[in-house]
Amino acid sequence: MHVEVNMKKYISFFRLRFSMGLQYRTAAAAGIVTQFFWGAMEILVYKAFYEVDAAAFPMRFEAVVTYIWLQQAFLAVFGAWIMEGEIFDAIRNGNIAYELCRPISIYQMWFSRSVANRTSKALLRCVPILAVAALLPAPYGLRLPASWAHGGLFLLTLLLGLLVIVAFTMLVYITTFYTISPEGVRIFCVSAVEFFAGAVIPLPFFPEKIRYILELLPFASMQNVPLRIYSGSMSGEEMLRAVCLQVFWLIVMVAAGRGLCRRAERRVTVQGG
Amino acid sequence: MRQKWRLYRHYVSIVVRGMMQYKTSFLFTAMGQFLVSFNVFLGIYFLFQRFHQVKGYSYSEVLLCYAIVLMEFSLAEMWARGFDTFSGLVRSGEFDRVLVRPQGEILQVLGSKFELTRLGRMLQAVVMLVYALCTAQIRWTAGKVWTILFMLVGGTAVFSGLFLIYAALCFFTLEGLEFMNVLTDGAREYGKYPIDVYGKRILQLATVIVPYALIQYYPLQYILGRADSPAYIFLPLLAVLFLLPCYGLWRFGVRHYKSSGS
Repeated sequence: MHVEVNMKKYISFFRLRFSMGLQYRTAAAAGIVTQFFWGAMEILVYKAFYEVDAAAFPMRFEAVVTYIWLQQAFLAVFGAWIMEGEIFDAIRNGNIAYELCRPISIYQMWFSRSVANRTSKALLRCVPILAVAALLPAPYGLRLPASWAHGGLFLLTLLLGLLVIVAFTMLVYITTFYTISPEGVRIFCVSAVEFFAGAVIPLPFFPEKIRYILELLPFASMQNVPLRIYSGSMSGEEMLRAVCLQVFWLIVMVAAGRGLCRRAERRVTVQGG
Repeated sequence: MRQKWRLYRHYVSIVVRGMMQYKTSFLFTAMGQFLVSFNVFLGIYFLFQRFHQVKGYSYSEVLLCYAIVLMEFSLAEMWARGFDTFSGLVRSGEFDRVLVRPQGEILQVLGSKFELTRLGRMLQAVVMLVYALCTAQIRWTAGKVWTILFMLVGGTAVFSGLFLIYAALCFFTLEGLEFMNVLTDGAREYGKYPIDVYGKRILQLATVIVPYALIQYYPLQYILGRADSPAYIFLPLLAVLFLLPCYGLWRFGVRHYKSSGS
């Protein structure tokens, strides 16, 4: 009974934020146009490199194309810069005091809000991008996943990846409790995620040794895993390891986040009046 | 004119002094600007580790190209930032105040912001430029040095023109249009490679719709010794003409301005 009521609270936070996110349809339409352009240009760059030396290509060309279209379609899921200004503001201007009075866990509330924000944004944007990308002619279009199993595993790892990136942004929010100007931490984390997660270039394009290390880091558990499973550039063994790492990092980051959050709540100094 | 220049300098000094009251925030934003373009640089670096060249351009040549585009963009963003954030001015009705003052609107909007944090991006561009100049094995002539300077002038003008269009559209839509980012941020992002890397079609588009090719691809051919005609030196200056239609649109917008403030 208790657990059920508890869950219900966070589900309503989720629904609230989710329907709010669905309101921004014009913004989504504009975003779709932008992301199409981005995807197309990105593909043209890889095409130029492919023409230079096809043998040096670490993934099949179609796999890279698929990776790029998925990346654009699910940008709102994995974009590291998508953090909620309201949360930073609440900590800085003292509104956090009201949140602390409520019979809820701040960590779980923010977590469910962040998940809702990202999913609603992504839902609005991904369908048209995926549909049109799938219609494009052969090497430039989005392909179907290699098999049903790949498709299913893609959905599972997409969800895990979403939870991992949200758990990571939670750590960034929580550092705001400890430093009053969080810009530095935030900027640094966003850049690190972008680069190490494979948003700038997919991880297989890194030199072998660097790639080996990068794949162990939590950043690789974000977009890298689902996008590469879908595009079929991971072997069975690699996929298993990647999923285990995702679960591992999720547990570690959630535990760290909850611990730090609880500590911060106990010693919080409310700013402002 | 001289009085206008003095007034502009006065505006800028106020804005900069104001910004310097928040030094940490300034440093972090500048650092963020640096890191974003540093990521792009690392992407190029690792791709060239693997492929060594693209469409006949070497690593140093691409860095030269990216450095110049990044500088053009940062300079434009630094001084024309007022137009980039113009939607706020229109929505709050603040633009009424601009109209009743006895000075040109453009001067006031330009003076309202001076984004010194873009120095972070500039730093990245300067480092890459120096590296590229040392390693690209270009036989320097006075003409080529002028070409680079003209590219900076023309490029800053083109990007400023785009910001001006962005602002002018706000008169009709009240909010910034996200697709304009394709033309500004997109050009910075994808201007890192000489435009012909993206294929002929894109090169044509980038010559006709917005004259990006005039401030990037064509003069670059001259600097890299792939084209000899000295006419290439002055092509980037031709791109300054792009400001005329932008200004026209802006005037049109100002005439149609309806206050939205209370």
